[in-house]
Amino acid sequence: MSVNNERTQRYGSTTDQRAKSKRSPAADEATILEVDGVTRRFGAETAVSKLSLSVRDGEFLTFLGPSGCGKTTTLRLIAGLERPDEGRIDLDGDRVADADGTFAPPENRDVGVVFQDFALFPHMTVGENIAFGLQERDDERTDDRVTELLDLVGLADKREAYPENLSGGQQQRVALARSLAPEPDVLLLDEPFSNLDVDLRVEMREEVRRIVKEAGVTTVSVTHDQEEALSISDRVAVMSDGQLQQVGTPEEVFQRPKSRFVAEFLGHASFLPGHIEEDVVKTTLGPIGRDRIHGLTVEYDWTTIDVLVRPDDLLARPAGEREADGRVIYRRYLGPTVLYRVELDSGEVLECMHNHSDRLELNEAVTVELAANHGFAWFPTDGEVF
Amino acid sequence: MVSTRLENLVSADGNDSSAALVVLSGLIAVTVVSPLVWIVLRALQVDPARAATLMFSIRTAEILGTSLGLMAGVTVLSVLIGVPLAILTTRTDLPYRRLWTIVAALPLVIPSYIGAFAFVSAFGPHGELSSVFGLGLPDVRTLPGAILVITLYTYPYVFLTTRAALLSMDASLVDAARTLNADRLEAFRRVTLPQIRPAIAAGSLLVALYAISDFGTPAFMQVTVFTSAIYWEFGAFNVEYAALLSLQLLAVTAVVLLVEAKVGRDEDASGGGASGARIRLGAWRWPAMGGVATLGIVTLVVPVAIFGMWVLRGTGGGVSSYAFEWGYAINSVYLAALAALVASVLALPVGYLSARSDSRLARLFERGTYVGFAVPGIVIGLALVFFGANYASWVYRTVPLLVFAYVVRFLPQVVGTTRTSVLQVDEKLPEAARTLNASQIETFRRVTLPLIAPGVVAGGVLVFLTTMKELPATLMLQPIGTETLVTLIWSAHGTAHYRYAALPALILVVISGLSMLVLLRQEDNNVS
Repeated sequence: MSVNNERTQRYGSTTDQRAKSKRSPAADEATILEVDGVTRRFGAETAVSKLSLSVRDGEFLTFLGPSGCGKTTTLRLIAGLERPDEGRIDLDGDRVADADGTFAPPENRDVGVVFQDFALFPHMTVGENIAFGLQERDDERTDDRVTELLDLVGLADKREAYPENLSGGQQQRVALARSLAPEPDVLLLDEPFSNLDVDLRVEMREEVRRIVKEAGVTTVSVTHDQEEALSISDRVAVMSDGQLQQVGTPEEVFQRPKSRFVAEFLGHASFLPGHIEEDVVKTTLGPIGRDRIHGLTVEYDWTTIDVLVRPDDLLARPAGEREADGRVIYRRYLGPTVLYRVELDSGEVLECMHNHSDRLELNEAVTVELAANHGFAWFPTDGEVF
Repeated sequence: MVSTRLENLVSADGNDSSAALVVLSGLIAVTVVSPLVWIVLRALQVDPARAATLMFSIRTAEILGTSLGLMAGVTVLSVLIGVPLAILTTRTDLPYRRLWTIVAALPLVIPSYIGAFAFVSAFGPHGELSSVFGLGLPDVRTLPGAILVITLYTYPYVFLTTRAALLSMDASLVDAARTLNADRLEAFRRVTLPQIRPAIAAGSLLVALYAISDFGTPAFMQVTVFTSAIYWEFGAFNVEYAALLSLQLLAVTAVVLLVEAKVGRDEDASGGGASGARIRLGAWRWPAMGGVATLGIVTLVVPVAIFGMWVLRGTGGGVSSYAFEWGYAINSVYLAALAALVASVLALPVGYLSARSDSRLARLFERGTYVGFAVPGIVIGLALVFFGANYASWVYRTVPLLVFAYVVRFLPQVVGTTRTSVLQVDEKLPEAARTLNASQIETFRRVTLPLIAPGVVAGGVLVFLTTMKELPATLMLQPIGTETLVTLIWSAHGTAHYRYAALPALILVVISGLSMLVLLRQEDNNVS
């Protein structure tokens, strides 16, 4: 999988402007974190390969990718817990790491990290944990700051408790408060919700976003959970095999994925073959207007492309043998919704999302229709980048 | 029909046999603790006024002072060597870390008296090197010399416990401290040290216990501490004084154990797994590797080389009465095998009961059998000498009494492995056997015993190997005419005919190495 870095970069910067105009009031925010061509190898393995990215002040950016894609290593590189083999990292205008040997240790970087397992010091109380990074202040100011943070995370009554006596969600709040206490330039979250129960996860997501936005700190998070990434972030950076695949707002990466990998990683994806004929793209589900296909260029005229369709774009209806164009081969009941997989007579397999009340039987003959009026992303049949 | 059978399972017959088991365990525990009674009894026979004079004499104060000095010196030095080594092998990018870990742990394999013997025979007044260089070498037979030698062979206790704590400590804690603006030293002081302190304490207490109860090293090095003084007083027929000194030694040991009970336990290591960023040694890796290598050479290569040299040179023209005979080795093996067998059989009921029952009595009996762990070998030896000489002259200086001394001393090892393996047997298995109409005894024989056999055997092997090395009890209770490997080393040292001890010493080094292997195997089994 190769990605055109230059294009990603340019695409990324246009996204920045979009994100700003849409989400943040201040128009001219400075870049606080700049990662440029960073590579990190472990023996023969390249964990992070030529990664470039910039993060703006106050932004919430999430690295999203499957396990082993290099996202946690990227985070550790930013924190100063790993050294890059190539490339450079600038934090708040200061060079903190480059290939020539410049390397600021983590204690000199003004970064805060919330670790995956929280890494709370078991021999210290909640208050002592939060005060750990506040060595330079006098007792009174340390005390005030700890109180302030305990209020921020809603744990004012747990100041004297020890970490082992806290629930998972409370431990996470303490970890967050502790990393925010020294007022870092950038807050780093390493899979912050993976150690929590599913119910708690959604609640803490909202809570963490509220807290970091209230603190006004730039946040870089790492996750393999696409729902989490899409719901919490201002921008999402999708990674695979140590490389950056795409950076953009949640809407952009979901609706306009730049590669099949991104399309498939962000949710169920089916690819519907279509032949471009003048004003329309002809598919087995009927023609789609050319203007609804994002960025279709003339050089693909009269060729076959794959149109990305999400399960909620499609509906399968029971049909008589005559008009049916496929049959149900798989059914998964999810509670509110049901996911059906339909094999078309032409051989393609599509996934359709239905309301839980719709009931189709396995092997039932159906006809599938396109039930969406938005635009579609597409990929050349043999490649992945358009 | 089914219901009556179920009733039988839970009622009468179960209670009967477990009552029998409790009685049996109790008997074993009482028997094992009994030697302590003899020593106390003997001490009480001393005229109180005379006892007071002896106890508060200057000599006693000197012995106490030297003993405490030895214990403190060895403990402090062991921490100073063991903790940095543990950090070096777990937290840095030291090349060949695995190799250096083994090198640093290996001195545990050599009994410290063998090391002391090697150093005395090399550096002592009639030693190998003195005879090569003439005079001019400092005599190692001093308190500092003894501290150094014991440290060299006991610091691995601190090294291993600290290393285990560092490995099981969640390394992301250090990362977290670093991101909170603490530099490396500060992170160590405020986060790592509080986490590994209990482990350092536990290792130090093992070292302290070893140092205070070690007989061979001070004896070889002519340092007057409790253990060696007890032996010399006993040899000079000052039996009363030996008994009183034994009581004092027991008191010191008890204090160490009490401290251990206070400090130990509670801390169980958190998370683990996550490996943090390693300390980059840079050019420091050369002196670091050099330091560990030097330690390995001094503790391992030098003694083995000295013994090896003597063995190769042969014993021609020497005193024939010290010549090595395979009969000595056979005596050692025979005694050790007997001790292992008896200890394993006795450990079965005690270990089984303490694993399966949560009654206080079962716990008490198990603790009772641990007396050998706390009581120095010299004291057990002396106690049984009193018993044999005063109450049962027909067993004095016979094989059964010597084997009993070994059993008292090393029973804890096999009780421990037995208890662990019983705990690992799923309790549903014997229950399943009972529902398949096997009686309680049949169930034990056909289901439980085969499952715990490896653990019991491993414990028995440990007893065998440690018995081979046991010095003080062997010396005091040695049946007349039965020489073993250790008594040969002892008499060769006594008359400065060092070279005759070379082969027995080499054999004991190999034996000790084997016991280390068994221990490691056992650890692997427990982990999986």
